[in-house]
Amino acid sequence: MAMPKGPRGQDIIAAIKQAGVRHVCVLPDITTSAGLLWPLSEDSELRLIRLSKEDEGVSICAALGYCEKRSVLLMQQTGLMDSLNNIRAVGCDYEQPVCMIVGLLGKEPDRAPTASDSFGVRIIEPVLDAMEIDHILIEGPEDVASLPPAIDRAYENSSPMVALIGRRVEP
Amino acid sequence: MMQRMACFEKIRDARDGAIVVATYTSAFEWRRVDPDPLNFVSVGAMGQASSHGLGLAIGLPEQKVVVLDGDGSLLMNMSTLTTIANEAPANLVHFVIENGSYEANGGHPIPSQGRTDFAGMARAAGYAHAATYEGLNQFAADLPELLSRPGPVFAALKVEAGEAPPLDYDYDWLHSADRRREFREAVKPLLKD
Repeated sequence: MAMPKGPRGQDIIAAIKQAGVRHVCVLPDITTSAGLLWPLSEDSELRLIRLSKEDEGVSICAALGYCEKRSVLLMQQTGLMDSLNNIRAVGCDYEQPVCMIVGLLGKEPDRAPTASDSFGVRIIEPVLDAMEIDHILIEGPEDVASLPPAIDRAYENSSPMVALIGRRVEP
Repeated sequence: MMQRMACFEKIRDARDGAIVVATYTSAFEWRRVDPDPLNFVSVGAMGQASSHGLGLAIGLPEQKVVVLDGDGSLLMNMSTLTTIANEAPANLVHFVIENGSYEANGGHPIPSQGRTDFAGMARAAGYAHAATYEGLNQFAADLPELLSRPGPVFAALKVEAGEAPPLDYDYDWLHSADRRREFREAVKPLLKD
């Protein structure tokens, strides 16, 4: 049986631009590297801010929000876990719009995240639920349409949002 | 060794409309020295002042952004040095108030007290300029250039711990939504299309 298709990187780039995003904070993640990050890094309309550690990006995105500039933080779920305290502080307690696109490393393409064999994948959605953080799941090409409204929602509500990438992004 | 308050008074006098990002004990003391709507307070997750400062410097490239970091705070977000060096914001000045202790948490020493060369680390990371100050006269003499030369600029200010009059640790103010709203409103006139 053929593996289900992942989302297309160019569609995700178009979606974040549609939502007004022009700054992308990033630490590389193999789920999104070839299909999304490499094309994104060559896109002259987007400013890439390369991070040394993911939680820096939470603060940078929040600070850009004060300057009325929309941004996203692109990382792996391990970076999300490492950034939880800053997301809790800046995003949840201080109600700042921090939008995160998170590759789920180790997730099986044909399973829901909560059904994954990987503990690190399985806990992500429950952790986000416990933190009352808005999240969406992008598995296939058809799911990308949910990204612009989720970013809009984060900025309108001044709250964090996570878009989980459940399959390897295709070029 | 310098007095932190004396350093802050010098920075206040040379501020010239800059955004100032301060954290924890520095934030309380800076508030006492120079209450201003363009003061941004970085708290909630320790270590993030310089990352907030970087975001503001990128978002407002024509606006000077001054960070008043702590040594314990910088230790908690050391990766910021290479990120800032890579972005190379010309408008960012990163001061580290080096008192060698976690003053807001009981005055315990930082792990590297007296051993770590913070300015050396910033220089090695790729900051445009980095220096250490132990005397107020030299700091005051160099301050205009620190604030005017192309950044990112880093300066470690060696100060005595706990020398100030007892601080009012007003955490309600520190975490208040009003404080964030005030800053957002103050930034609006600085925004360009």
